[in-house]
Amino acid sequence: MKSLRILIIIRKNWLKLLILFTLANLTGCASLDIKPWVKPYQRQHLADKIMTKSRHPIANMHISHVYEARESARGAEGTGGGGCGCN
Amino acid sequence: MAVTKLKLLILLLCWLTINSSHAAVLAPDRADVLYHNYQGGGMKIDGPAILLRKKATESVAVSAYYYVDMISSASVDVMSTASPYSEKRNEAQLGVEYLRNKTLMSMNFRQSDESDYLAKSISVNISQDTFGDLTNLSMGLSFGDDQVMRNGDDNFNEQSKHYQLRVGINQILTTNLNANLSFEAITDQGYLNNPYRTVRYIDNTLPAGVGYQVEVYPNTRNSFAGKFSMSYFLPYRAALFFNYRYFSDSWDINADDIELGYRHPLNKSLELEFKVRYYQQSQANFYNDLFPYQDAQNFLARDKELSDFNDFTVGAGVTYTLPARFSFGDWRSEATLQWDYIDFTYNNFRDPTAEGGIGNEPFYGFSANVIRMFFSLYF
Repeated sequence: MKSLRILIIIRKNWLKLLILFTLANLTGCASLDIKPWVKPYQRQHLADKIMTKSRHPIANMHISHVYEARESARGAEGTGGGGCGCN
Repeated sequence: MAVTKLKLLILLLCWLTINSSHAAVLAPDRADVLYHNYQGGGMKIDGPAILLRKKATESVAVSAYYYVDMISSASVDVMSTASPYSEKRNEAQLGVEYLRNKTLMSMNFRQSDESDYLAKSISVNISQDTFGDLTNLSMGLSFGDDQVMRNGDDNFNEQSKHYQLRVGINQILTTNLNANLSFEAITDQGYLNNPYRTVRYIDNTLPAGVGYQVEVYPNTRNSFAGKFSMSYFLPYRAALFFNYRYFSDSWDINADDIELGYRHPLNKSLELEFKVRYYQQSQANFYNDLFPYQDAQNFLARDKELSDFNDFTVGAGVTYTLPARFSFGDWRSEATLQWDYIDFTYNNFRDPTAEGGIGNEPFYGFSANVIRMFFSLYF
């Protein structure tokens, strides 16, 4: 029920959150002295293909479909979704 | 107190949105051709799928996806109240991505059609690399419009609509660790139940002692899901993946799933994958395996997907990078085989085809084998 309350808050305030998100992006907040701590040249491990979650996108789409058809939970998978059309 | 929270939120967003000068790139071109096969619980579903992705320019990419489900169903629901059936589902998607500096915008159109169900949806997504490209913020919206029909009944025609809003943040934490947090809210409105499925109730006036009536679902469902993921690069070049998702909806279904994956390259051409996943959910507040009498409540369901259950998956996969002489020109190609075994245990859904008497049958359970074979070409 707590998560539903969060959902209601998000739904009521989505415009404010969107404006806040956009303003924060536009300003860049340059006054804060926090520097990225992993430099581009230190990311070879993270860029390795074995670290890619979407290494096999067509398989991921199938797995999501299998679970969505047999379980009630859905969403937050990081993809567009749109329902499986399976009744 | 509220002002303090707002300041903290602004500070957090500022921290996440410090810009840098590196430009992002689109994902590489690829084509995937897949055969999938699901067998379990009296159902066999198989068919092909194809996914194409091509950059038109350095900033625009297009994608196309086609997927077929050939379904032969003799599941426990079907066997208890109806006859086995076969049907086919086609799904097509078209997508376009546009990259401008560090901002990736995408739009996706999708259509799925069966003899008795037509689903159309549109999705838009935007994501932004920021904070020295350590952070990626994303946001998306989807709208779906479904038409629900019933075979053998030309007068039956219902609609449902689906709205989705999602936000996410991906954060590089160390040189070896990446984390992701995403949330999604989904609202469904309209006809949400299966027009064929029935619930059962005690009726001592009938010889069998049990009667059946059609399911009745609420016309709205609001859902919320949050997912936390991490991927970690192990020192000997292997990858570890962790996912946890929490789900809750206005039908009182609460669910969790947790998954652990491991990817291990054996040499330059062979790569192994393993995973385990556990899922559990509580039942909808209008679900019952056996109602005490007809029209016992306003909303009625006996869909096992709305019942209290859990499932456990173990999976393995192998990817083989084909030698150049078997590929197309200079393009790299891979062949992959994946297998998942899923075991479902229902805690309040009894098997009506089993012995034991009405309401005393054993709880239902089944296992399924899921196989995917696919060929990937990078061009």
